[in-house]
Amino acid sequence: MSPSVRLQEMIRVIRGARTQGEERGVIQRECAAIRAQFRQADNGTRSHNLAKLLYVHMLGYPAHFGQMECVRLIASPRYNEKRVGYLGAMMLLDEKQDASLLITNSIKNDLSHSSQYVQSLALCTLGCMGSAEMCRDLAPEIDRLLRASNSYIKKKAALCAVHIVRKVPELGELFTPAAQSLLSEKNHGVLHGAVVLITELCERNPDTLEQFRKVVPELVQIMKGLVMSGYSPEHNVAGISDPFLQVRILRLLRILGRNNDTASDAMNDLLAQVATNTDSSKTAGSAVLYETVLTVMDIKSESGLRVLAVNILGRFLLNNDRNIRYISMTSLQKIVQTDHNAVQRHRGTIVDCLKDQDASVKRCPPELRAHTTSGIFNAAERYAPSQRWHIDTILHVLTTAGGDVRDETVPNLIQLITTATELHCYTVHKLYRALITDISVQSLVQVACWCIGEYGDLLLRGECEETEPVQVAEDDVLDALEMVLQSHMSSPATRGFALTATMKLSTRITHNVDRIRSIVSIYGSCIDVELQQRAVEYNALFKKYDHMRAAVLERMPVIDKSSPGHTNGESAGGTMKEMEPTKLTQEVVLPQEPANKVCDLLDLLGGSAEPLQPSPALSTTPLGPVSSTAGGDLLDLLGGLDVTPVPPSVIVYEKNGVTLKLQTDRQTDTGMTVTLTATNSTDGDITSITLQAAVPKSVQLQMKAPSGDIIPAHGLGQVTQTVLLNNPNKVSLKMRVRVCYTSQGSVCQDTVQIDSFPSPAW
Amino acid sequence: MIKFLLMVNKQGQTRLSKYYERVDIGKRPFLEADVVKGCLSRKKEECSFVEYKDFKLVYRQYAALFIVVGISDTENELSIYELVHNFVEVLDKYFSHSELDIMLNLDKVHIILDEMIQNGHIVETNKNRILAPLLALDQMSEPH
Repeated sequence: MSPSVRLQEMIRVIRGARTQGEERGVIQRECAAIRAQFRQADNGTRSHNLAKLLYVHMLGYPAHFGQMECVRLIASPRYNEKRVGYLGAMMLLDEKQDASLLITNSIKNDLSHSSQYVQSLALCTLGCMGSAEMCRDLAPEIDRLLRASNSYIKKKAALCAVHIVRKVPELGELFTPAAQSLLSEKNHGVLHGAVVLITELCERNPDTLEQFRKVVPELVQIMKGLVMSGYSPEHNVAGISDPFLQVRILRLLRILGRNNDTASDAMNDLLAQVATNTDSSKTAGSAVLYETVLTVMDIKSESGLRVLAVNILGRFLLNNDRNIRYISMTSLQKIVQTDHNAVQRHRGTIVDCLKDQDASVKRCPPELRAHTTSGIFNAAERYAPSQRWHIDTILHVLTTAGGDVRDETVPNLIQLITTATELHCYTVHKLYRALITDISVQSLVQVACWCIGEYGDLLLRGECEETEPVQVAEDDVLDALEMVLQSHMSSPATRGFALTATMKLSTRITHNVDRIRSIVSIYGSCIDVELQQRAVEYNALFKKYDHMRAAVLERMPVIDKSSPGHTNGESAGGTMKEMEPTKLTQEVVLPQEPANKVCDLLDLLGGSAEPLQPSPALSTTPLGPVSSTAGGDLLDLLGGLDVTPVPPSVIVYEKNGVTLKLQTDRQTDTGMTVTLTATNSTDGDITSITLQAAVPKSVQLQMKAPSGDIIPAHGLGQVTQTVLLNNPNKVSLKMRVRVCYTSQGSVCQDTVQIDSFPSPAW
Repeated sequence: MIKFLLMVNKQGQTRLSKYYERVDIGKRPFLEADVVKGCLSRKKEECSFVEYKDFKLVYRQYAALFIVVGISDTENELSIYELVHNFVEVLDKYFSHSELDIMLNLDKVHIILDEMIQNGHIVETNKNRILAPLLALDQMSEPH
């Protein structure tokens, strides 16, 4: 009776269990029976029991009591018992268990067993869970087996050697000569094992790598044989002769050819041959071509070969098989990012690929689309032949795959649009047209709303050189924006964009200002807090600050990507958006607050030449003083510890007797900690002093709690606040600080820009 | 290198599991559940490669059975995809019946798998050579 019958019964019973509890019951009973039988230490059913135990183990139940049984079974002379014993050893034992030491001797004996199958069992197990000790002990044995005449054994010994080299790297030298000689074998299994072993040796030890460069010609020969040989029934997979071996050899060639001209030269012909002769209609061929492309891009290949590789990737992009498309997109992205120079030469090919990519993006699986679209944007940015092409491509991607565009691309796109000044008219027309056709794609709608808000006057003017003129009435534009505002498809962020755009239009259109005013006031009672806040502020802008409205809502200056000022181009609305985290700590907007806030923000923006992006604040200021909650958005800066060993500090602001000093506490290359200190030399106390700051977009700002908000008179005290700046992208650090305080009964407010920070104290 | 190979059915039950890289026994069910959840939730149009934590998964569905292989970053995904198919063809050749056969003869499936993949790398892909030891074993146990 073969061992599996009892196992089958048990499996049937377990599968028959209808609930988890029932299953556990069955298994517990079985385990108890198995344990009892193990203790009996006899009979031919040992192997069945262990097999059952392994099944139970696979399901996740504890099976450690089987370890000793494994040891006993391994020592048994019968093959099927040995077999199960070794399997058990591989599954239940690892080097941390004591029982594993006990099998060392068995393995040693079995390695020299007369039957090759027993030898292979031992090799397999050693290669799986051999500890460093065992490996050291048995390495000479393995070496001997590597030279044995039996190819079945040789291939297994090679892979066992890989494990040994991983565990005990010094033994690598022992296997080097054997590995080299194995390359002259005919048996593909042995060849495969040999290539893997050589790969492992080369990866571990650079000297061995040098040594193995000599075998490049031999590897090239083997590959040629594989590629050019006719149909070989033994290794044929979909028309390719042993693709697994081909892929493996190509990978080894990649490692050998990296950074080495002579080796790379020797491979050039071969790689060209593989690339042209391999049939890519089935996955197997594509796998080989993919590996070839990776190898070509990694070694010092000649440019013709690289063009060939990029072309192959381009072909993959149009393939029907989604797996192949995925592979090509990830590789293209890697290439664009790392090997910029090589790719520059193939700009034309890549641009063509991108044009085609738009079509394939639609067929692309959803989770790749975000990946793809960012890839397309990156590549389009680098290789755009003209701005107009660039904008066209972006619009095209947005319309076809806008739903998958990542959020951070929206600000990038807006920035791009602002730089293309002569194309504003064209862009806004195109976006408007896209908007009225479809408002479901959020990113597209956001960009469109922003553009309409900014360049609405160009839209309404009607003429445009680059596209046919279309008469757009103010009502139409407002209708479109209102549609976005009211549509249930619009996300809150999109609604914010639309509302701000509507507001901006109030200075750019002539007839329908009342309509805008009514829209804005309607949203003053909207449920969405964000929208409500904006609407209330814009209302205030209409009522109390009408004189400022034009100035505030005027056209944004061109945003330079690298300067501190790279924002998403939003005006007051934008800054509000970024304050989301802190807003949650505020109560629902009180009527008197907005005026204050609007005043704050408008002042900041009105006075600025470059709109800055305040990052979300992790301010711990108390909610009490109204000004500090408003200031929660712009970050409070109050130095923490100023004092005694006077580190170099810079006076950044001095007026009305209030002095603000900045000093750097600590500076690393990705960030710094600064302290701002405010002192007062007037006769009266300065009360409710708050400091707010804004930094360039990629910099993160964290402000610690200020030491207080009252500065005693005559320089008797100070207020400090520490700010932590994290600058992972190492942009040039600039900071704008607004200081707000009450002095002698009047509220004063000033803004200073800090362009350079003093060097740290230590 | 190949980190593990799993055969899971549509309900998420593991039918076969083989680990080539040491994973704590306690963590295995959790890992398997996680991986399987990732693969079972994929739609038809999505491709067969998933990025999971810091390695990749290649999965293939055969009727009610999913075969999932976890591979390291450096491995060629398409080649593993083919390997999975090769494995299924070998199983098909030996167990000419259905998957039920596969599950009930788990130890034999392990033997086949050991012949094909060792230590995380491919050993043999030729069907006849893979099945040779197993057929020999069958012959030995027949005269009982």
